[in-house]
Amino acid sequence: MTQHGHEADTVFARALAGDRRALGRLLSLVERGGPAAERITELAHPHSGRAHIVGITGAPGAGKSTLTGQLMRLLPERSFRPAVLAVDPSSPLTGGAILGDRIRMDDLAGESAFIRSMATRGHSGGLALAVPGALRVFDAVGYDPVIVETVGVGQVEVDVAGAADTTVVVVTPGWGDAVQANKAGLLEVADIFVVNKADRPGAADARRDLELMLDLSHVTGQEDAAGYRPPIVMAQALDGTGADALWEAVAEHRSHLEATGQMADRRRRRLRLEVISRLDQMAQAQAAAVLADDVGRQLLGEVEQRQMAPTTAAARLAERLLTDRRSGRGTG
Amino acid sequence: MSSAAVDSAESAAAARARWEAACQATPTRAVPFETMSGVPVDGVYGDPPFPGQFPYTRGIHPAMYRSRLWTMRMFAGFGTALDTNRRFRELLKHGGTGLSTAFDMPTLMGRDSDSPWSLGEVGRAGVAVDTLADVEDLFRDIDLSRVSTSMTINGPAAVLLAMYIVAAEKTGVVPEQLSGTIQNDILKEYQAQKEYIYPPRPSMRIITDMIRYTTAHMPRWHPISISGYHIREAGSTAAQELAFTLANGFAYVEAAIAAGEDVNAFGRRLSFFFNSHLDFFEEIGKLRAARRIWARWMKDHYGATNEKAWMCRFHTQTAGVSLTAQQPENNIARVAIQALAAVLGGTQSLHTDSYDEAMALPSEKAVRIALRTQQIVAHETGVTNVADPLGGAPFVEWMTDEMERQAEAVFAHLLELGDGSILEGVFQGIENGYFVGEIADAAYRYEREVNSGRRIVVGVNRFTEGNDETDVNLLRIEEDTERDQLERLARVKSERNDRAVQEALEGVTRTARDPSANLMPAILTAVREYATVEEIGTAMEQVFGRYVERAVV
Amino acid sequence: MQDRIRIILAKLGLDGHDRGIKVVARILRDAGMEVIYLGLRQTTAGIVTAALEEDADAVGLSMHNAGHLTLAPAMVKALREADLNIPVIIGGIIPDEDRERLTEAGVAAVLGPGASAEEVVQAVRQAVARQSDGGAS
Repeated sequence: MTQHGHEADTVFARALAGDRRALGRLLSLVERGGPAAERITELAHPHSGRAHIVGITGAPGAGKSTLTGQLMRLLPERSFRPAVLAVDPSSPLTGGAILGDRIRMDDLAGESAFIRSMATRGHSGGLALAVPGALRVFDAVGYDPVIVETVGVGQVEVDVAGAADTTVVVVTPGWGDAVQANKAGLLEVADIFVVNKADRPGAADARRDLELMLDLSHVTGQEDAAGYRPPIVMAQALDGTGADALWEAVAEHRSHLEATGQMADRRRRRLRLEVISRLDQMAQAQAAAVLADDVGRQLLGEVEQRQMAPTTAAARLAERLLTDRRSGRGTG
Repeated sequence: MSSAAVDSAESAAAARARWEAACQATPTRAVPFETMSGVPVDGVYGDPPFPGQFPYTRGIHPAMYRSRLWTMRMFAGFGTALDTNRRFRELLKHGGTGLSTAFDMPTLMGRDSDSPWSLGEVGRAGVAVDTLADVEDLFRDIDLSRVSTSMTINGPAAVLLAMYIVAAEKTGVVPEQLSGTIQNDILKEYQAQKEYIYPPRPSMRIITDMIRYTTAHMPRWHPISISGYHIREAGSTAAQELAFTLANGFAYVEAAIAAGEDVNAFGRRLSFFFNSHLDFFEEIGKLRAARRIWARWMKDHYGATNEKAWMCRFHTQTAGVSLTAQQPENNIARVAIQALAAVLGGTQSLHTDSYDEAMALPSEKAVRIALRTQQIVAHETGVTNVADPLGGAPFVEWMTDEMERQAEAVFAHLLELGDGSILEGVFQGIENGYFVGEIADAAYRYEREVNSGRRIVVGVNRFTEGNDETDVNLLRIEEDTERDQLERLARVKSERNDRAVQEALEGVTRTARDPSANLMPAILTAVREYATVEEIGTAMEQVFGRYVERAVV
Repeated sequence: MQDRIRIILAKLGLDGHDRGIKVVARILRDAGMEVIYLGLRQTTAGIVTAALEEDADAVGLSMHNAGHLTLAPAMVKALREADLNIPVIIGGIIPDEDRERLTEAGVAAVLGPGASAEEVVQAVRQAVARQSDGGAS
């Protein structure tokens, strides 16, 4: 514990002073979870809360990375220090992953930018914890905006992107992409839409589909009291067209959030979600431990023998859990 | 067999008579057409359609190798332009009429020799070309109105073509007199070989400009050679090689038709380039299917009416990836089998790989053995006596049909992707990772089979006794080449008119911005001022951007 | 702590042969590693940036252009200059006679054509293990 605390403290101090290599290390420690990650969260939390968190999501191949890369080119020119967290799925079988998002960002990103790839299963705490942890670290050491890019395929990915201050959903013409996005629950979380590959036939149709869905306000849930309606940006990420307009839309959304007090609301909600996720994880770890000990195994056996109802066993175990004096840490 | 249905109205006897008449119109080689034991053999056996008859499954010429052997074309090019020029003049002195040029990696990627990217690569795998001065040296003292030149280049093809035109002009030879081929097949670069510069759509515009220019000014020039070789080397299956290559061919045809070109005039100047791998009958089936598919599509889909535009003419090269570093001498046997498959598949020209290529650039001795292998197939085996000798064999015909079936499934997918257009489908397939994904899957599957021992590779996962006994002499390129080339480039740059170069480059950028203008005249102007390959490329890149592929692993 | 190995895979320079590196990427993924795939046309500087941002445990380079004798040592040097003490593993068309020179230049492992999946995975695991034993920070 002390040793973890020591390493975390040193690495954090170095990262805070601008050491990029230390930041790379810090992100690994956060991703890994456990005592070091907790210590880093303690250290970083007071420094965080300044960066604008932007989620970018969409179907595979929609051009998210290229679009993000274009923002990485644009932002340093305007004195921003952007960071990107690119989240890609791991193989469910082996836990390995191929993370390829840097390819279309690297060339464009300058010295003041920072790109980090993360696999969905490359850490033990769950994506819902690792992502906020990494974003907090970027925020604390002074990166702003912090962009989190996920493939909008699973609920967790959508949740992660949706928990940003501003969420950008990228669709492409054809393929009923807008419809797919709707099905995946992406439309509900979108603050801004990008129709990428806008030079393609069907781009106007994609735009119209989106407008139509936005008109049905019950689908979007976005057209709030202040009258914010998600704008639709037409882009061609390959040559950078639309990157300016996208950034403008992001900035406008930020102003809107700040003017209406929604920024604070969103952040409050996000922190609350993080506490819940953490609590959930700890409770699960504890529950697993209690289930595995002698009493737990005995109770399970009684349930199997039909001598005790599952509800009764759960209630007895919950009692044990809550009175247990053992440390409440997750296994990490 | 469905192909017979095309000419079903014609009786077998009439087809046979037509075939015989066609054969008589072409002179045969002055050799006895009999077996080693003296048994005379006929020029063709089996059922119609015969060789030289639509859809050309059995070959594009009626008598095939009885009238003329395939061209034994060995690809060459190394070091500086002057080194290669010496090799060229040697070849011409010994009766050669075709020059085949390999460029070094920086030239292929549109980089100059003095670019930081070029370090260690100048003149290594081919000749280094930076400016017109190098092309002038490359063809010094060669009458370009009397040779046919093949240039293997894609990304910067327009610049190299312009340099060739101007170099010829300076010796009094006009574009109308030039004959040859430039590979210029950019689509397979995105799919397999990865030597691209700009994104696919602007690249296609450059190619369309070149097609227009050559059609108007260079009637003896082949502006494109559609290449499946690299698709296969990247790990595709035989059917994918066939399908992707022909789809690329259809894409160029659609682009040329859209640009107002006549499919008959343009179609007859297209040629193909295939791989010959180890699965003997699969390769033969693939090559036979290629001819049949191409003929039908050109006739039925694209409305070509000229027979020449229906014919799929192709060059073949043995599979470089099939060569092993373990027990390299075994590669001689592999190459011989692949060469035989290419010949039985009816190729028009053939390059055989050298057995030491899995380890390094080929040595002179290994190149000679490779050429001798072709000569043994041509002169000792008797397979050249009969056109399409395997035609009609149930397995061969089934394999041909199967290859065609798989290819048609791919075309259907691309048509769907492209909303009825193969061209658009190919663009979409490049951008959504379809091609690279399919190829990567096939390559991985093969690798796993070798790894698990399910697929035997002699000397690699079986029969490995003797793996340590190899004694191969490897060729190394001296460091001098790079130094010489850098000095030469610096000298050319110091002697040219900087202002004229600048103006010419601005002209290229300006023309690139205007989609209705042809880039060739502006590139020719820049070349005349000795602008470099990279300078001209960068002038276009300002408008077109540079392509970075997304990670499809 | 048995961390998941994070390895960068890239090709240096202009050489576009990516069949091998893609197969290796899948082999390593299937062995449970996280592969940060940079693909074609990388520079040593770009790889160093990626290695430090990604906190990579190793760099794997694939080479088919006979440039390995210049490029591989340059990669090792660039990583050392950036104070990144991680192993460089190279694969591709590497003649046996060059192996010694590459090892002397600091390359941790050389995988020739025909290396099996197991050999590739073992080479990476061992190189990473050796380097962390060797007092890496």
